Amino acid sequence: MSEEALLTIEDLHIAVGSRPVIEGVSLTIRPGEMLGLVGESGCGKSVTALSIMRLLAEPPMRVVKGAIRFGQTDILSLPEHELEALRGDRIAMIFQEPMTSLNPVFTIGNQIAEVVLLHRKVGRDAAEARAVELLKRVGIPAPEAAMGRYPHQLSGGQRQRVMIAMALACDPKLLVADEPTTALDVTVQAQILELIDGLRRETGMAVLLITHDLGVVSQYCDRVAVMYGGRVVEEAPSAELFAHPRHRYTEALLRTIPASNLPGVDLPAIPGTVPPPGRRPAGCAFHPRCHAMVETCTTVLPELTEPPHRIRCWNPAA
Amino acid sequence: MSLLELRHLSKTYPGANGAVVQAVSDVSLTIAPGEVLGVVGESGCGKSTLGRSLLRLIEPTAGEVLFEGRDLVGLGKRDMKSVRRDLQIIFQDPFGSLNPRHTVGGIIGEPLEVHRVGTRAERRARVTELLKLVGLPEDAANRYPHEFSGGQRQRIAIARALALEPKLLVADEAVSALDVSIQSQIINLIADLQKRLNLSIMFISHDLSVIRHVSDRIAVMYLGRIVEIGPAEEIMTAPKHPYTQALLSAIPRPGAARGGRIVLEGELPDPANPPAGCAFHTRCPKVMDICHRQRPLLARPANVEPGSESEVACHLYEAA
Repeated sequence: MSEEALLTIEDLHIAVGSRPVIEGVSLTIRPGEMLGLVGESGCGKSVTALSIMRLLAEPPMRVVKGAIRFGQTDILSLPEHELEALRGDRIAMIFQEPMTSLNPVFTIGNQIAEVVLLHRKVGRDAAEARAVELLKRVGIPAPEAAMGRYPHQLSGGQRQRVMIAMALACDPKLLVADEPTTALDVTVQAQILELIDGLRRETGMAVLLITHDLGVVSQYCDRVAVMYGGRVVEEAPSAELFAHPRHRYTEALLRTIPASNLPGVDLPAIPGTVPPPGRRPAGCAFHPRCHAMVETCTTVLPELTEPPHRIRCWNPAA
Repeated sequence: MSLLELRHLSKTYPGANGAVVQAVSDVSLTIAPGEVLGVVGESGCGKSTLGRSLLRLIEPTAGEVLFEGRDLVGLGKRDMKSVRRDLQIIFQDPFGSLNPRHTVGGIIGEPLEVHRVGTRAERRARVTELLKLVGLPEDAANRYPHEFSGGQRQRIAIARALALEPKLLVADEAVSALDVSIQSQIINLIADLQKRLNLSIMFISHDLSVIRHVSDRIAVMYLGRIVEIGPAEEIMTAPKHPYTQALLSAIPRPGAARGGRIVLEGELPDPANPPAGCAFHTRCPKVMDICHRQRPLLARPANVEPGSESEVACHLYEAA
């Protein structure tokens, strides 16, 4: 690796009780990079994101083995008070539904200023001035007036902008964005993605963008990791992955979306459903749905190949 | 002749502080037998209200809903019940629309029972037939909704909607909650059933790429009104309204270049307080003076390519 990784996830295993959810995820994010983590529901992408912030509901969830390092810091063994300093300061996170992440009884100005006060040794006035500056930066019109508003007085898009402002409060090195635009309308989604992309270019922060939307990943991410059944099955630079998908799951996923097909013709559907955690088949978890399955797929888990284009597949596309 | 014709359909809701929220404003459109009309727009554009009001699940405030020439608005309860045999709807959330205490067989057979169709044995046979039609195993009849995945539950909802052999199906965001790999299975199923049963469908979705795939014609809605309507191919390849153009360019497509994206400023205006003139003028990149004052009417434009069949509500185009 040419540049030192900002975040390294190594052979991460997470279980809910005795059911494995994450079964060996390894990822790296370099400074300033936008990495897309894509997959369908139940693939483990959100659990992976939460584990970076040590936000897993433990119990019943627990890290079985593996390592998560932020720079040289081992996140998994960090004591709680040091973790607090890391969260929101070096690493920030935004979620799909900003309404549930904002406190309905406090003004947004109050909530942003609080983040600043929590992490920086500044007074109330300075924190509020910083909050105004942040609101302006994320494109909230009339930021001074907006400081006094409550979350319910804002639209979904504006609430997500406020969440981004809070996330930016301490100039994080890494922004974890879990489906940040899924609940938003298409035209607003475009605005928010442009905003996140612009901010990372401006500030040099890295972004881990978690989404189910291949189109979003394709247009904004430098690299993409595709998850299926609790594992990364393919990882490559965006342009390479979309031009030459090699894992049969990625290939099938790209083929099945309406945008890749002529109107009126049958979509090349992927048969079956995503297996839920605990009921994942042996070998490659995708094998029962795969059109290119070979015998080995049913019993032996393929290893992830070396970068830059990594795949976990016994019979990849050419 | 069209199967369904909406004439100047409107629906208003009382808003906060005596305001009136205009959810659907003066919508006129037709759906021919066997035709799929896609209705696309963002949240609050009125597409769901439109779909529901044509079944009178929501009572329209004004206008006519002509189904096979008969106005459904004002129809008595008994008459409406018999019309509903021909008009069915499927929703986005197959969790919320299936009774968890009923078996799948009971759920699918319920419309047959309500309308007293056939004997008990005949109804049971029909349920088996419907399960097969939507690609579910026969033994599904004795199981409960929670035993099925989201995609399978949507199949159950489709089987129930088709039980009475309706002529028109309203699909309201029917595939929006499904994962990509399941979504295409359900899209294929709906398209296949549409052809086999010669169904008319109003396919409502926020996703233009899904709409394009299934529709013969497309209606684009913004803040309660149709801003553009026409053949699917024309809407997708030669969109005329600046909003349609922005909507099309905003779809993130895998592998497509990012250049040329029209990123609209601002958000949807409050439907309780819509802008004067053209409702889109506050966000339109091509806004002109007249747009602030006068609302453009939906009409066939004059200054476009020959053979164009779309209608558009925009001052950039002079009516033919």
